[in-house]
Amino acid sequence: MDLRRQAAAAGLAGALAAAGAVAAQPSGAVMAESCATCHGLDAKPRGAIPRLAGRPAAELAQALRDFRDGRRPGTIMGRIAKGYSDAEIDATAAAVAKGGKAK
Amino acid sequence: MNRREVMAAVAALAAASATNARAAAGARVVIIGAGYGGASVARTLRRVAPEVHVTLVEREANLVSCPRSNVVIAGLAQMDEITFGDAGLRKAGIAVVRDEAVEIDVPGRTVRLKSGRRLAYDRLVLSPGVDFVWNALEGYDAAAAEIMPHAWKAGPQTLLLRDKLRAMPDGGLVLIAAPADPYRCPPGPYERACLVADYLKREKPRSKILILDAKDTFSKQPLFQEAWTTLYPGMVEWIPAAKSGRVRAVKAGEGIVSTDFDDHKAAVANIIPPQRAGAVAFDAGLAEPTGFCKVDPVTFESAKAKAVHLVGDAIMPGDMPKSGFAANVQGKACAHALAALLRGAPPPEPMLINTCYSLASETWGFSIAGVYKPLDGALRLVKGSGGISPVDADPSVRGLEAQYERSWFDTLTSELWG
Repeated sequence: MDLRRQAAAAGLAGALAAAGAVAAQPSGAVMAESCATCHGLDAKPRGAIPRLAGRPAAELAQALRDFRDGRRPGTIMGRIAKGYSDAEIDATAAAVAKGGKAK
Repeated sequence: MNRREVMAAVAALAAASATNARAAAGARVVIIGAGYGGASVARTLRRVAPEVHVTLVEREANLVSCPRSNVVIAGLAQMDEITFGDAGLRKAGIAVVRDEAVEIDVPGRTVRLKSGRRLAYDRLVLSPGVDFVWNALEGYDAAAAEIMPHAWKAGPQTLLLRDKLRAMPDGGLVLIAAPADPYRCPPGPYERACLVADYLKREKPRSKILILDAKDTFSKQPLFQEAWTTLYPGMVEWIPAAKSGRVRAVKAGEGIVSTDFDDHKAAVANIIPPQRAGAVAFDAGLAEPTGFCKVDPVTFESAKAKAVHLVGDAIMPGDMPKSGFAANVQGKACAHALAALLRGAPPPEPMLINTCYSLASETWGFSIAGVYKPLDGALRLVKGSGGISPVDADPSVRGLEAQYERSWFDTLTSELWG
């Protein structure tokens, strides 16, 4: 590992954050990992929880908004979706749609 | 920094991170512990950074899941349903080493194993779970746990508690001692009370369960209390700390469990003792006075040791509880951060969910959830998110959540160890 380069990158990230140019926008790929804990990384069905990988991102984003805003009934998804902004929903949906291939 | 400089810096950063995709080739990540946290780090690293060499050290041949172990205690599932081997991990390209980490050389970036072997690393991840603080309750040590099982690490202790319940005569008192926060699986003692009640209702209906608690409130409390009243009326009694519920001492041989003012004689006693970070982390001096470890909420790097990361029940990451789900998502976020760091790129900002299902019976489930983001050095609950299942819900809702609990377990365990 190139420690000098790593330090430079970390320093740069710090400078960017200090400049306020980059809001700490959560990573879609990391957000999608939490979804996969129940919904799976792939489309292989395992019980009652629906698979999401491969579904269109727009459909997933709409479902999350509907859960969040109380337009769609559910057991737990409303409680979870209430934690997400529109931008976070869109980034999550795009990464979930890609499944385990998301980087 | 003006806008133009910022844009140039962003472009430079993007270029650096692309050219450094190869920089991590041959980088070595060593992970200690193949449970929900460690297996998640290993699997995710293989997926998002296949150029990184991943070694996973685990002392047990088989992993036994704490989630659903209460179902085994109640006789509703068998041990093989919660036991997983390491073949899936090996098949995923992870070098699994059956050994135990005993000492970390932080400046030298090596970890010494019980066998004497040393493993060099660029980044080390510890996912050691919890260890018990023996004798924190007077008289409760490893020997006493063979008489009054904790069953708070799944495995032989799970079967010991199950078998003691099976051997108990009808009409006996089952005592469950619940610890003060923080501890592994906050709703676990109360789910256990439900599922043991399910067994007793079927097999020994004159028996009773007494929960002696070191707390005055507990996770999903209204949902558990509703389930006790609805499903097991008259069978479960809960005594909070304020009413002399806090266990201070046990005499295992005599079956006596003592609180500040009362001695209880139990037919079967299940003592869940105070806990701290697993030995490898604790002995390395990585724990805070709480007994658990502080980490950076983005990279999960230890606040006390460079290039050493921690996930799962051993950490105190802010508002996230100690659950298998939390260990899994922390492990995945840590893996993404490691991939970035090893490539010389800034780690991605995480946003994590925790979900925890509890069963009051096989067809009666409910949940707690939360969404967490880094804030001021810790993972904090996003305002307005999360909470527990509604009280007074239709039994069909409880049925659905029981199905989801099973589906979650099957999905996650197959992706980690399958």
